[in-house]
Amino acid sequence: MSVLVYVEQVEGKFKKSVFEAVSYAKAIADQQGTSLSAISIGNVADNELNELGKYGASKVLKVEADQLKNFVNQAYASVIAEAAQKEGANIVVLSNSFSGKGLAPRVAVKLKAGLVDGAVELPTTDGGFSVKKTAFSGKAFAIATLTSENKVIALNPNAFGVKENEASVAIEAFTPEVKSSDLTAIVKEIVRATNKVSLPDAEIVVSGGRGLKGPENWGMVEELADLLGAATACSKPVSDADWRPHSEHVGQTGIAISPNLYIAIGISGAIQHLAGVSSSKVIVVINKDPEAPFFKVADYGIVGDAFEVVPKIIAALKAHKS
Amino acid sequence: MKILVCISNVPDTTTKITFTGDNTEFNTAGVQCIVNPYDEIALSRAIELCEGGKGTVTVINVGEVATEPTIRKALAIGADDAVRVNAAPRDAYFVATQIAEYAKANEIDIILCGRESIDYNGSQVAAMVGELLAIPSISIIKKLDYDGATATIEREIEGGKEVVSVTGKFVASCAEGTAEAKIPNMRGIMSARTKPLQVVEAVAVEEVGKITKFETPAPRGSVKLIPAESAEELIGLLHSEAKVI
Repeated sequence: MSVLVYVEQVEGKFKKSVFEAVSYAKAIADQQGTSLSAISIGNVADNELNELGKYGASKVLKVEADQLKNFVNQAYASVIAEAAQKEGANIVVLSNSFSGKGLAPRVAVKLKAGLVDGAVELPTTDGGFSVKKTAFSGKAFAIATLTSENKVIALNPNAFGVKENEASVAIEAFTPEVKSSDLTAIVKEIVRATNKVSLPDAEIVVSGGRGLKGPENWGMVEELADLLGAATACSKPVSDADWRPHSEHVGQTGIAISPNLYIAIGISGAIQHLAGVSSSKVIVVINKDPEAPFFKVADYGIVGDAFEVVPKIIAALKAHKS
Repeated sequence: MKILVCISNVPDTTTKITFTGDNTEFNTAGVQCIVNPYDEIALSRAIELCEGGKGTVTVINVGEVATEPTIRKALAIGADDAVRVNAAPRDAYFVATQIAEYAKANEIDIILCGRESIDYNGSQVAAMVGELLAIPSISIIKKLDYDGATATIEREIEGGKEVVSVTGKFVASCAEGTAEAKIPNMRGIMSARTKPLQVVEAVAVEEVGKITKFETPAPRGSVKLIPAESAEELIGLLHSEAKVI
């Protein structure tokens, strides 16, 4: 019995959400009185793999087969399931990232495991193995009790945090058999904006709504986001009007996020929008309507014209940073 | 070409979520149910791909008889026929198994669903169906083109997109961008009443887990208002009080 964590690499590097998943998996391994192994697929340098030891992984299986260079969930799921069997792991942890969402269900089926995705807390083990997860798009949480012997958990970004827990890490090459039938989906192109903070796992998010009146006014949103190292987001009416891309839409039918800080500018706070952002740790609302429902869930509120308020905040932030 | 679109029956997006039975059951009293918004996007794209007699669209739902109005809504949007697997949708694995069983018994080329259901927020069914049928599954896509043999798909990744090509049968879960959700017109609504809706019994599936309890988020503290004239104070508060910057 052990715990296995899948560590998703992006261009040979691990993001914070991976270290968070390792920290979380290590805490589960401690709960279970067992050790933590990690599985890395794709080309990652050993010094980067060694980083995983900081968060508690005592063994890293590295798979570097050429045909696995790009993410193909069908093949990756086979590799992870095989690694779980090799390590005798009965709990597999992944990040609930875009790729993780395509991967975890396939791993679960292969291992005949119950799956909890969108996990936000450590499992509790008194009276069954139960994990708290988001439900109803942030309007509630559900406690899922898994009864299968094998279990798969996909952890939401920013739910657990990164926790250092030094272990000495052994890197071991792992060469599973890769079936060609697992590789029929072919990655043709990857387009990634490297200069932008990605929204789903961002720690700070600056978001604009219809109150900004038009896409030409997003300059100050982007400037504020840049200064904060934040991702930009928007409300549904804004992406519906094509002022901003759909990938920035947060809310019930967009992306659900839980950053440490969410700054909403010119967003009234319809129930569907609140659903996607209400698990943010600190919420700042800037809106000229004092009756805007968003103020009811905000930690800090400024009633005022965004075009006057935001430049003041930007100036204060520049002063604060220098 | 035959496309199977999986639809979930979910509470309307404006629903206030409450629970009964000591927080063990979702309170359905007075709740209006709809086709899961992402599934509507999948259905709309399926209908577009089949336009001009290129194929047919079947919708499948795992649910009890109460979900039939939602299935009729999908038929009104433009699906050709529907299948209801007569069982409560216990969890994603149960639902995926039913869909895979149906797809095995019928010649299906493409299976589409929404990126997630807005009730339990799993993004599980598409990839599970793919695994059960041993065919590719692409989760959270934002574009889908199909030339009759090969699909070119854009899927969402953190900070960008990935273009994937699939030849042969596949499953995909659709997000915004894949299509504009179609709104049923009067002719669609009238014809939906007489379109075929087949009811099949569920196959048995071993239980791997279940939802045992719900919680509602803790209420947030009251808002601290900062006068607009001194908006710059926000930065100090975020730094020294909230400690988030």
